[in-house]
Formats: sequence, structure tokens, C-alpha cells
Amino acid sequence: MESAVLRTVGLSAYYGDNLVVKNVSLSISEDRITAIMGPSGCGKSTLVRCFNRMHELTPGAKIEGQVFLKEEDVYEMNPITVRTRIGMVFQRPNPFPMMTIRDNVIAGYKLNGIKLNRSKRDEIVEASLKEAALWDEVKDYLHKRGTFLSGGQQQRLCIARALAVKPEILLFDEPTSALDPKATAHIERLMTDLKKTATLILVTHNIAQAGRVSDFIAFLYLGELIEFGPKGRLLTTPKDKRTEEFLTGKFG
Amino acid sequence: MSLFRVRLRIAKDIGFKAMVIVLSFLSVAPLLFILFYVIGNGLSSLNWNFLIEIPKPVGEIGGGIVNSIVGSFLLVIIASLPSIPLGIAAGIYLSEHKESKLTYWGGLAVEVLQGTPSIVIGIIAYLWVVVPMGGFSALSGGIGLGIMMLPMIIKTTEETLNLMPDFLKEAALALGVPYYRTMLRVILPAAASGIMTGVLISVARIAGETAPLLFTAFGNAFMNWNVIKPVNSLPLLIYNYATSPYPEWHRFAWGASCVLVGFVLTLNLSVRIIIKRWKVRF
Amino acid sequence: MEIPLSNKAAILPRDRSQRAESAFQIIILLSALAIVVLLAAIFLSLVLYSLPSLTAFGPSFLVRKTWDPVTGTFGALPFLVGTLLTSFLALLISMPFSLAISIFIGEYFKRGVVSSILKNVTELLAGIPSIIYGFWALFVLVPIVRGFQMKVGIFPYGVGIFTASLILSVMIIPYAASIGREVITLVPSGIKEAAYSLGATRQEVITKVILPYARSGMTAGILLALGRALGETMAVTMVIGNSNRLPHSLFSPGNTMASVIANEFTEATASLYVSSLIEVGLLLFLVTMIINVIGRFIIKKISIGA
Ligand SMILES: Nc1ncnc2c1ncn2[C@@H]1O[C@H](COP(=O)(O)OP(=O)(O)OP(=O)(O)O)[C@@H](O)[C@H]1O
Ligand SMILES: [Mg+2]
Repeated sequence: MESAVLRTVGLSAYYGDNLVVKNVSLSISEDRITAIMGPSGCGKSTLVRCFNRMHELTPGAKIEGQVFLKEEDVYEMNPITVRTRIGMVFQRPNPFPMMTIRDNVIAGYKLNGIKLNRSKRDEIVEASLKEAALWDEVKDYLHKRGTFLSGGQQQRLCIARALAVKPEILLFDEPTSALDPKATAHIERLMTDLKKTATLILVTHNIAQAGRVSDFIAFLYLGELIEFGPKGRLLTTPKDKRTEEFLTGKFG
Repeated sequence: MSLFRVRLRIAKDIGFKAMVIVLSFLSVAPLLFILFYVIGNGLSSLNWNFLIEIPKPVGEIGGGIVNSIVGSFLLVIIASLPSIPLGIAAGIYLSEHKESKLTYWGGLAVEVLQGTPSIVIGIIAYLWVVVPMGGFSALSGGIGLGIMMLPMIIKTTEETLNLMPDFLKEAALALGVPYYRTMLRVILPAAASGIMTGVLISVARIAGETAPLLFTAFGNAFMNWNVIKPVNSLPLLIYNYATSPYPEWHRFAWGASCVLVGFVLTLNLSVRIIIKRWKVRF
Repeated sequence: MEIPLSNKAAILPRDRSQRAESAFQIIILLSALAIVVLLAAIFLSLVLYSLPSLTAFGPSFLVRKTWDPVTGTFGALPFLVGTLLTSFLALLISMPFSLAISIFIGEYFKRGVVSSILKNVTELLAGIPSIIYGFWALFVLVPIVRGFQMKVGIFPYGVGIFTASLILSVMIIPYAASIGREVITLVPSGIKEAAYSLGATRQEVITKVILPYARSGMTAGILLALGRALGETMAVTMVIGNSNRLPHSLFSPGNTMASVIANEFTEATASLYVSSLIEVGLLLFLVTMIINVIGRFIIKKISIGA
């Protein structure tokens, strides 16, 4: 087994009294793409939001169990640090509407009050946009607001924004479900390239997508982790009947 | 159903619609009439000197309203300085802590404050500021007006923040931006146009208030910049001159009314027009 | 391990940014608290400064007819009556008009140039200061009413309860109409369509379905407009005639609670006199508070229901 960069031990999450993630123990391998799959409402988003401590921002939310980021307990760390080390890309592209493209990329610095000198700033902007495969399309519009970009471009801008603060892990919560097939293909290619830089965790509904980009797949059902393993094995010879039913489109 | 009854019902339907339309336009008529009356009567008094001179005693020709304009300006500044930040901060609390008891009571307090008659606020400013300071002052009037603008600012802040999409906040928090910075640097700027609208409309509102000033700012025939001395304001001037027995003072008051209405309407209109452009689109 | 949550977890003091975090939370908390404290302080101040009058007159303050600063006898009955008369009369006069505007922009012409003009004009005119309404009433309405009074042979004061009600009704139309529109648009389209499908005319749908359905909202609107009218000061002060005697007809001069304070507060020197005026203010505060709270409560309830 490769080295685990993120590990959960008996992780449970609640909204009020409603238990939506049940006792999940999971190890995420470094520099791989792990897909988290399962039918709608099974707790995928909730699970990954526990990783970067976003879950606790919902009023009434509660967490039990532990999450380790390289042997450090995430819930003993400062949530701010956790969130800079574990970046996140959301389902709907959400660039900051009042900021220029450039400011969006360095938002993680700007909003945290970190001053960058000009050359450092330009360097980060260019590198992040290149990593997000957006540089060529926007390099002449850096001073414009990001809202005129297409959905796929906006999503890549959000990826650049997340990459700019150099996270160790990137969480993608259904990053392509609001995009058309072409933009989706673009983002998928990008994710495979990003493996070199960071560990990726991808929440997806789409079995084909998980098959195309992931190395490992975790199957979640009604908040429980049913099965976890290498993509090839899980997709071809699932051990659990529920996984098989999901893969054959019986539900979800 | 007989044809006659159907015809009757249709006739009633048409009659009702006609009545609604007629009554609607009738009710706007006096309002518009007032507006044109003020402008018609006031424009003739308006000239450059009217805007830059202080009033003259009865019997002398000329004079102007500059001291009232300055007074109104002072009062609005004194009212805004504490009320805008306090109102915005309270509005943030009310929209961010929906479940808290304080939000319930705070929201209720805002409603009650908003419905509190302005003359009562005048009494309060008198008791809290004029009595301890031993005299009428711009400060006391400004504080009264400040209390009046608070509920409006709180409400618009709360309502505007409630309209902010969750993804904005999530985007910032997920980047590791602390909550307070997220609110101050992301949410408030995105909500700025809405909050500004509320602030400017509340300024327009208090600029026309008279009742809270009667026994606080009190009025002053001379120029005054000193906040602990009485000042005049446009509405106070209009009140005092309109209720005086001298026709030339009445003309003077019409002129001042014209300026006041012009100011209030311009502010209201421009807020509606300009803010629409500023608005952050998601 | 269990982490009880909300954003409180993020504000445990640990480093500088977390100190700023708690400072921010404390500032907004104190600001919200300040509003509640402000309101409580307003109420307590009014009670405190009313104490001399409260102890001197007790409940008889509400029913005594004489208000005489010279002899130091103070009873608020004339102002209570004056306030109720002007407000209810104003409400009565304005009701058909505000209802018509509400139906106009809430039902007949929901979109379109005409309704947006009507809406914007009423909103803008609602922003005109009340002193302007008062001034206009003094110079236009008063002579008209005086002319009418001469014609029918009553003493031509011109000013008085009736004139005050007239200007008050003009002033509350925009306010009442905007609440009315809100309430009417809350009526679910399903029940309207059901009525249309049974062959009802528009007028029948409005009077037999929409208005009855919106009844509680209309009540709230009337209450809120009443709250407005009760507290309106300047316009009323300028045309009501400033008389402290119990009005004997709709045309007699009088005073409302608000106008007597506006007229006499600066002249009042004797402490019992001041205290009595403040007690009038306290009454006004309480009455408008109760009316507003009930009105808002109804509105909130129906908007959640819709
Ligand atoms: N803010 C919330 N408050 C209360 N319950 C919630 C909240 N968000 C989600 N839930 C509930 O938690 C459960 C899991 O939701 P979650 O969003 O994690 O599912 P998901 O697997 O991501 O679904 P999808 O594929 O539709 O995104 C659902 O039953 C949902 O109703
Ligand atoms: Mg989800």
C-alpha cells in the first residue's frame, strides 16, 4: 500500500440529529485520484466537507471520529490551516464576482491579507493558470472580471484559485456536473495532469468519469462506506451486491 | 344561466376594472399636485443668493438658506457616523445568526424602532442629550436622527446579506480565509450596492425629518458649524417660516421646500438608477 | 471525540487571526445587543420621566378632559380622541384608494410600463418629507376646507380634525398600497385559476377569492397604516388647529398626541407639565409598538405560509 496522505478513523457526520456519514474509515493515497461514488444523497459531499472542516460551518452540524492529514489530527489543527492545505472545487463554478481574473487567482493570498510583490504575484498567477490549463485563454483579460467566462473556463479559474495556495490535497465535489461534455473532457484531462502536484479526491455520480480519471474508488451508500479499492477491481469485480447494483444502474 | 345574468356579470367586471383604474390614478393625483405646487411656488424664490446667504430679518428683502443647508448637512453627518457602522454590524449579526435568541429580539426591536413615531425619538434625544448638556445642540438633533436611521440600515443590511448566495462564502472559507475576513472582504463588498441603497435612502429620509429636531437642534437664524450649539435645518426652517404670519417668509419657505424636495427626490432617484449598475451579478 | 459545532469552533483564541475572529464576533454581537438595549432604554426613559405625571394623575390621565398648564391639571383625553379620530378618518378615506392601487399593481397590471410608473411614483412620493405635506395642506387644503365650511354654515376654522385627516390620508396611501400589493401577490395562483376555471369573472375572482383570501394580510396592512397615521407629527401639527379642548365635531380644531408634544414641548417649563407631555409620548410609543408588532406578526405568518 502506498503512503496515506489523508486518513479517516470512524468518521461520522450529522446534520442536527440526522446521521448522514456513518463510521467511515478510509485511507487516501498520495498523488492519486480517489473517486467517491454513490447515489444522490448518500453523503458524498458531507464526507469530503469533513476533510477540510467545511462541514462544521453548517449550523447544527456535528462530527465524530478523526481525520488525519499526514498523521496530524485535522480537528486539532486550526481550521484555516486545514483549508489552505486541503483545497476545494465546487459543483457550481464560483469565482468571486467582484474580482478580476487575476485577483480571483490570488484570492487565497489577497483575502488572507498576504501581500505579494508584483513579480511574485504575476508568477503565481501565471503558474496557477497554466496548471489549470486556462492561461492561454485569459492571459489578455487578467484585469477583467471573471464573470464573462464560460462555465468551463470559470471552473478552471476556480481550480487555478485553489492551486495558487499550493494545497496538498484538492477536493472536487462533482466539478463537471454543471458543464457540457467538451468542458467536462477538458477538466478531466486537467485532473489527470494535476496528479503530479496534488492528491485529488473526486466526488462524482458518473461511473464513466470515475473509470476515466480515478485510481481508487470508494463506494458510499446511505452514509456507509460499502467498498473501497483500486478502480479496476472495483469496477469489474465488485464484492458487494449494492456496489454491483449501482454500477449496473439499478439505483442512483 | 340566463344570458341576461351573464351580461350583467360581464358589465360588473368591466365596471370594477374601470373603478380600480380611476381610483388608482385619482390617488396619485394629489401627490403629484403637491409636487408641482411646491416646484411652481418655490422655483421663483430660487437663485444663487438664496443658496449662499443666511436669512434676513422680517421686512428686509433677500437672504438665503445656507445656514439651514449647512445645518442639515451637519445633522446628517452626526447621525450617520455612529449609525452606519452600528447598523451594518447589527445587520450582519441578524443575518448570520438566524437561530439565536438575540436575533429574534433584535429583529423585533428593529421593527418597533422603525414604527416609533419621530416625535418620540425627539423626546428621547432631548432627555438623553439636551438635558445633560444643558442646551439645544446639533449633536442632540443628530443623535435623534441617527436613532431613526438605524432600523432602516439594519433591515437593508440583513435583507441584502440574506440574498447573498452561499457559494460566495463557501468559496472564500474553502480557501482558508477566516470567517471575519470572508464577511468583510467578500460578502460585504458583494452586498455593498444593496447596503448603500439602504444607507442613502435613510439619509434622504432623515434629511426631511422635522419632529425630532424641534426640541433638539432647535433652529438658528445664523450660520453655525459648532456641533454643541443649535443649528437650523431645511425642514425646521420650512416649519418656522410656513407657520409665520409673513407672506415673504412663506415664499422663502416655498423656496426651501423646493430645495429639500429636490434633494430628497434626486437622492431617491439616483440611488435607484446608479445602484442598479453597480450591482454585482452572480 | 466530539466537536459541537457552528462557527464558534473557529473562534477559540489561538493566534492573531483568531483574536480578530473573536473581536469580529463580539463586535457584531454587541451591535445587535445595542439595538435591544436602545429600545429598552427608550422605554425606560419614557417611563422614568413620566413618573411625576404617572404618580400625580394615575389612570385618570387617560380619561380627564382638561389639559391646563396654568392650573397644572393634565388629562390626555382630548389628544387620545383627536388621535383616534384623525387616524381612523384618514384610514377610512384612504382605504378605497390604496386598495385600488394594490389591486391595480398586484393583480390587473403586474408588469408593464403603467404599473411600474405607478409603483415608482408612489414610492418616490412616499419619500417626500411630511413637513412638505403639512405646508401644502396649510396653504391649499385649509382654504378649500374653509370655503366648504362657509358654504354649509359652520364656523370656518379651515384647520381642524377633518383637514388633518385629509392630508394624513394622502400621506398613508403609498404606504398602505405597497403593503396591499405585497399581500395580494402572496395569494397562490392555484386558487385564482380554480375560480377562473369555474367561469368566474376577474371582478368575482378579486372580490370573492383574492380579497377574502388576503383578509388577514389586509388587516395587517390596515394596522401598519394605522401605526403610521397615529405617529405622524408635522403635517398634522400644522393643520389640526392646536386646541386642547375635547373636539365636539369632525370640523373642530384639536390636537393629537404627537401634535400636542410638537406644539408644547419647548414651552413647557413646569416639571409636571413636561412630565405629562412625556407621558403622552409614552402612550404614543406603546400604542404604535403594539399595533406594529401585531401587524408585522401577521405579515410574517402569512409570508411563511405562502
Ligand atoms: N445543510 C443540510 N442540512 C440538513 N441536512 C442536509 C444538509 N445538507 C445535506 N443534508 C442531508 O444529508 C444527506 C447527505 O447529503 P450530501 O449532500 O452529502 O449527499 P450527496 O451524496 O453529496 O448527494 P448529491 O449527489 O445529490 O450531491 C442528504 O440526505 C441531505 O438531505
Ligand atoms: Mg453532493
